[in-house]
Amino acid sequence: MLALVSPALLVILLLIVVPVGWLAWQSIYHDGFTLEHYHRILTEDVYWRSFALTFEISLLVTVLALLLGYPVAYAANAVPRGWSVVILALVVLPFWTSVLVRAYAWLALLQRTGVINQFLRYLDVIGEPLALVHNTLGTVVATVHILLPFMVLPLYATMQKIPNDLMQAGASLGANPAQAFFRIFLPLSLPGVLAGCTMVFVLCLGFYITPELLGGGRTVMVSMLVSRNVELYNQFGAASAVAVVLLVSVLLIFVIVSRFVSLDRVLGQK
Amino acid sequence: MKALSPARITLIIACALVLIYLILPVLIIVPISFSSARFLTFPPPSLSLRWYQQYFSNPAWMQATQVTLTVAAFTVLIATPLGVAAAYAISQSKLRIMRFVHIALLLPLVVPIIITAVGIFFVYVRVGLVATMPGLVLANVMLGLPYVVISVLAGLQSFDPAQEMVARSLGMNRLRSFFAVTLPQIKSSVAAGGIFAFISAMDETIVALFISGGQYQPLTKRMFTALRDEIDPTIAAISTLMTAASFMLVLLASARRKNA
Repeated sequence: MLALVSPALLVILLLIVVPVGWLAWQSIYHDGFTLEHYHRILTEDVYWRSFALTFEISLLVTVLALLLGYPVAYAANAVPRGWSVVILALVVLPFWTSVLVRAYAWLALLQRTGVINQFLRYLDVIGEPLALVHNTLGTVVATVHILLPFMVLPLYATMQKIPNDLMQAGASLGANPAQAFFRIFLPLSLPGVLAGCTMVFVLCLGFYITPELLGGGRTVMVSMLVSRNVELYNQFGAASAVAVVLLVSVLLIFVIVSRFVSLDRVLGQK
Repeated sequence: MKALSPARITLIIACALVLIYLILPVLIIVPISFSSARFLTFPPPSLSLRWYQQYFSNPAWMQATQVTLTVAAFTVLIATPLGVAAAYAISQSKLRIMRFVHIALLLPLVVPIIITAVGIFFVYVRVGLVATMPGLVLANVMLGLPYVVISVLAGLQSFDPAQEMVARSLGMNRLRSFFAVTLPQIKSSVAAGGIFAFISAMDETIVALFISGGQYQPLTKRMFTALRDEIDPTIAAISTLMTAASFMLVLLASARRKNA
């Protein structure tokens, strides 16, 4: 049996374990051991601001995705089967569209001469085009769009397992629909909420394409610090240290969350 | 049909708005790609195929397309057997270490892709795999493995291993019984896993940004570079074609799953 898994394991070992190990090594060793790069992350403003911004954006994106995703998952769970297939299909289809394609679509929609600005000007709602993109707003709008399926799918899977009888039992004991929802359904759906929020938050922490293309150079997320240090400044040590801090944050979140919900629930969606 | 309460109507409207938000950006690229205008105007002044012509007549785009398709094809050919073998071993073996193996195979989904990309770049620089075809294929095999493993494991869950025991008790060896009894019953999950690995390789951008170069640049890398410079409707044409390809593949995968 071990012989059967070894080729796959070898690929994982050589292409992800070794590279990440190399990063970690490079972040502390350059002609001798040094903590210089980590010291810089702690003391230099650019790094601090970028980490803070990344966590802020990820939190905002997660909250928005939950607010938008919950009603959709709830509806998909509540409507007759035919309709729920339609809803889920509409959720999953963008999922399998390239992130790059969707970033382009958002550029086309949001830019100064884009579809939304032209439409609003046509309606005479605005005189000057709004700055919808090349800023944090554009990044958030597109990122929520890309990550929303990761919220809806675990929510839906959890809601499916909540027995309908429970709500009926609550109603027969005198709960009105709002009470039944808030005191029975919502608490039972919390594992799905946690799974969805974890996935969205963690994916957002490492997001690269949307902030790079839609952030207009002002929204410097951690992933962009990594790539700039590699591509522009050839600072491999600094890039590695930033990557290690990001990875440790992500793994810590997974470890903490796995105490509450099984990781299969978080990861098994795509 | 129950009477619609205000809460229900609010829910329906909220749900519809979110679904529009989800699907509109995917659809909007189609009319843009058929527009005759050089700059983005909506609705398009008139329809034309000029951006498709632009795409098909540009050697750089064609070369990139060829790279993408080659990489995706090799990724499927390598990742599918590796993933099937691993998933089979994980589901059949009672060794405790298999739990760790399972987690290890999901690592590509856990580690932020930007970190994987930079790490692979550093390693490739050392071993001379930057800007090569094998380098691109290997990286995509790694990224595609989890999809095959997840899909095949799900398929094996509904498969009764006793059937394979029967085949073996009747004299087949393990390998033959796998191909004769097990594989035919999980083949739709295998196909779905392979299709997802293909789409993953076709859409992969970030690793390619770091490790691809020269004549071995996939479509996504060229698109990314083009998007950073200026927005050219040729990208809309390519995006439309890529999206259409993804949709057809996903439909194919889910149709196969349903038949199982």
